[in-house]
Amino acid sequence: MPSQLLEWKIATVAQIRDETSEVKSFSLLVPEWRTHRPGQHVDVRLSAPDGYQAQRSYSIASAPGPDGRVDLTVERIAEGEVSPYFHDVLVTGDEVEVRGPIGGYFVWEPAFGGPLLLIAGGSGVVPLMAILRERAAADVAASATLLYSSRNWDDVIYREELDRLATTDDRLRILHTLTRAQPPGWTGFARRIDRPMLEEALDGLGSQPLTYICGPTLLVEAAANGLVELGVDPGRIRTERFGPTS
Amino acid sequence: MTGRFVSRGFLGRPRDTDADRAGRIPPGQYLTDGFPVLSAGPTPQIPLGQWAFTIEGLVRAPVRWSWEQFLALPARDWTVDISCVTKWTKLDTRWHGVSVDDLLAAVELDPRAQFVTAHSFGGYTTNLPLTDVVNNQAFVAYQYDSAPLEPAHGGPARLVVPHLYFWKSAKWVRGLRLIEEDEPGFWESLGYHNRGDPWREERYSGD
Repeated sequence: MPSQLLEWKIATVAQIRDETSEVKSFSLLVPEWRTHRPGQHVDVRLSAPDGYQAQRSYSIASAPGPDGRVDLTVERIAEGEVSPYFHDVLVTGDEVEVRGPIGGYFVWEPAFGGPLLLIAGGSGVVPLMAILRERAAADVAASATLLYSSRNWDDVIYREELDRLATTDDRLRILHTLTRAQPPGWTGFARRIDRPMLEEALDGLGSQPLTYICGPTLLVEAAANGLVELGVDPGRIRTERFGPTS
Repeated sequence: MTGRFVSRGFLGRPRDTDADRAGRIPPGQYLTDGFPVLSAGPTPQIPLGQWAFTIEGLVRAPVRWSWEQFLALPARDWTVDISCVTKWTKLDTRWHGVSVDDLLAAVELDPRAQFVTAHSFGGYTTNLPLTDVVNNQAFVAYQYDSAPLEPAHGGPARLVVPHLYFWKSAKWVRGLRLIEEDEPGFWESLGYHNRGDPWREERYSGD
């Protein structure tokens, strides 16, 4: 990334969508937005009347586009400070300060190709969704598998869109695991990510897929260490780990 | 700063009225009691028998310590506040390790040495001015909270430079290289600030 000042910009909330009971997506229109790369994030800053400010980082969910629109998908953290503001206060037409795009390593672009192995836990799916959306928009031929761990079926973010992407693209596989409860007739995985699950995710991707893992620390550790034990070159594995972003 | 922008309906958390704590949280940071883990790739698993720490580059003769030799170096407890560029700050973290001063005392520095590159198992690097790691400002830690440092947090040993954003505190550190001209490390080459002082909010290149 060239040495350019990342200026705070005042974005306008253009649209708000419910993803799950605890997760919403916010479409922001950012003036003079420098096109991002899938996987990057933005910093958000809230300012109180007394000058107090709070900042958080949120992954960009949308594929890069020409129109200065940036979608953030934000999970509501009960004890949080910024995410409850997004969920409970923001309405369309409101303004929010953002700067970005930020991050130059946990990124993918069509020229990187594949095969792609994407592993997500909870809202860790957000930057991976930007990758899948860009892969679809750019019609990239490389095969891809998303292994996505959620607690319950109703916690699966982007569920319909992921279904749609997978049914229209036979080079894309989506594997869900539901760790807490499963709907009747569930045939997917029903446990935390483990080695047999990683072996199945690797199936059809060759031995050295380009791998992106995002989620809570324990999931990322388990997935990354498991893949290294299965012979994937650590240099092919990019990780983003977080506790809840409040 | 963008002038007087105010977020509609935002009041923020109750301000931390504990003057001591409030004065220790850099701008844009929030307090956490947890210890988040951030790294760019898998956690390297480093058998202690293969671990070594090296000081090389602009020194009269490089020096190398095995794990046993490193544990025999003078070490002390450190209690420091740490701030990650991802916005969390953690107060009073307790470490045990060796001052970089004591490591550098084992070599004779070439007077041209101005900068340090910390190298890690797994290939990570970060750059620091020599002036930021001397005078007991930095140490190589191998215990956290009186227990061996966990691999996810950088064990067997990590550099800790508490007065800079925590990406400068290289996990899985395996050595320091003294150099004359500054060379950006991993994150410094990817848009993050070259120095990373939390009190000046030096997060990204250009800040």
